[in-house]
Amino acid sequence: MSNLLERWVPKVVLAPTFVAVLIFVYGFIGWTAWISLTKSKIMPRYEIDGFDQYTKLFATPRWDTAMNNLYLFGGLFIVISMVLGLMLAIFLDQKIRTEGVIRTIYLYPMALSMIVTGTAWKWILNPQHGIEAMVQGWGFAGFRFDWLVNPDMAIYTIVLAGVWQSSGFVMALFLAGLRSVDGEIIKAAQVDGIPNWRIYTAIIIPSMAPIFLSAFIVLSHLAIKSFDLVVALTGGGPGYATDLPATYMYAMAFSRGNLGQAASSAMIMMAVVFAIVVPYLYSELRAKHD
Amino acid sequence: MTDATYVSPLAGQRSTSARFGRIALRAGLYAMLILFALWYLMPLFVMITTSLKSLDEIRTGSLVALPREITFEPWRIAWSQACTGTQCEGLKPFMWNSVIIAIPGVLISTLIGALNGYVFAQWRFRGANMIFALLLFGCFIPFQVVLLPMAKMLGILHLAGTIPGLILVHTIYGLGFTTLFFRNYYVTIPQELVRAAKIDGAAFFRIFWSIFLPLSLPIIVVSVIWQFTQIWNDFLFGVSFSGPGTQPVTVALNNIVNSTTGVKAYNVDMASAIIAALPTLFVYVVAGKYFIRGLTAGSVKG
Repeated sequence: MSNLLERWVPKVVLAPTFVAVLIFVYGFIGWTAWISLTKSKIMPRYEIDGFDQYTKLFATPRWDTAMNNLYLFGGLFIVISMVLGLMLAIFLDQKIRTEGVIRTIYLYPMALSMIVTGTAWKWILNPQHGIEAMVQGWGFAGFRFDWLVNPDMAIYTIVLAGVWQSSGFVMALFLAGLRSVDGEIIKAAQVDGIPNWRIYTAIIIPSMAPIFLSAFIVLSHLAIKSFDLVVALTGGGPGYATDLPATYMYAMAFSRGNLGQAASSAMIMMAVVFAIVVPYLYSELRAKHD
Repeated sequence: MTDATYVSPLAGQRSTSARFGRIALRAGLYAMLILFALWYLMPLFVMITTSLKSLDEIRTGSLVALPREITFEPWRIAWSQACTGTQCEGLKPFMWNSVIIAIPGVLISTLIGALNGYVFAQWRFRGANMIFALLLFGCFIPFQVVLLPMAKMLGILHLAGTIPGLILVHTIYGLGFTTLFFRNYYVTIPQELVRAAKIDGAAFFRIFWSIFLPLSLPIIVVSVIWQFTQIWNDFLFGVSFSGPGTQPVTVALNNIVNSTTGVKAYNVDMASAIIAALPTLFVYVVAGKYFIRGLTAGSVKG
């Protein structure tokens, strides 16, 4: 009797979470998917209408800009953060005496809200009082650094602030990876007189493949969800120049009163995330079974 | 000590030119490290100095100059007078909102996460892995995809624009990560321990309470710090589901910075940004080790 009861306890404990996930994650995704197939404007409507919202979405220049910005921002953000993070990790791995202090300095931006990061960089990059004014004050009167208000360059300020915030984290990931490589192999290579840089390129870095993958997943996830940073730094402007899918979705949902467009853009965002994450999770969970 | 594995490969070469080259290389290395340290510190430095300057000095002085005359007026205004839209009470009430959203959100999601993790690690039943996969998946969805139905649901529950509503949202969407933390931690505890305890007649909650919980302090710290940072720094849920008077501090900060009325007070903006950042910065400084562990546990499993 008590044995039977005992068998049920774990399931009962898990039940609230299971129900919550079914409703608040999967049910909600289903609801959004449904709405994306309707003609919903300010209020949700439930008559299925087909894929019109998606057709409309892909024909919208603002969405086009947002997707292009996502690829540009995401690509640069991920690549630069990874390269910088790996470089700093290798530097820090050379028996640096003040490693603890330097690591702390490199990583603190990760503790900040993206709104704080955006506010700080907005001030630093503003042409009237920021870097441009500072360099001009040094005597370089012709110096221009107006990326923040230049529609062609504004997206790079998002990259700059994003890399500033996240590269320290990537550094920490890689540093942990470098430290976990089997010391015996490295010692053997050193005994054989293999130069240091070859040890890195031929032994250490290849053995860190899983960490590259993790860093990539985390960074791409951050990139797709980036919303706060754009809101705080550029507000999506000038014009729509720095719109991302996340800000497009928010504008449609809460200021344009166009639920159909908001839902369909959210579904596309999820499709992008899933295209990256599903193969990763699948391999992770499979690996655990073996 | 893994450090010991990094004996310099050049240790065998003793010629002076090699030694000179090595010293130059070390100097270059330190120079690079310091240069990057300055890059990471620069925005914080600029924020602090700007927040201590008068507006006149900001207009006439350089971005990186130290304040000629230190004033704490911007801090006072940011705390109790700055306008967030029509309301001009500074950040104070919104800091409090963030506190009363974060504390229950952190505690509830950590407690449930601990129990969930305990089940997934030690009391596996048929289908548990499937549920874990579903939960893990939920960690990765872009929140935009649940924003609209959540707004509707909060309306149905009469929680729209309220603090309890925000607590609910943060708790639910934090569960995936807290469960993951505890599961990965409890998996390393040998199952023999549970089996032996069961033979001794201990039940589910008793084993959790007297064996697992006492071992859990490090992972509780990780989970609490992770959830606190997530909730404190959240903007999307805050801006979507709060009402007038219930906004968290990140939303208030953004409103102060982007309010278009009156003269642009950059020093107040910077003071506000630092105030909003202080709690998470404090946590990072006193418990950085656990902060990093949470970040890496969320991405590297095992």
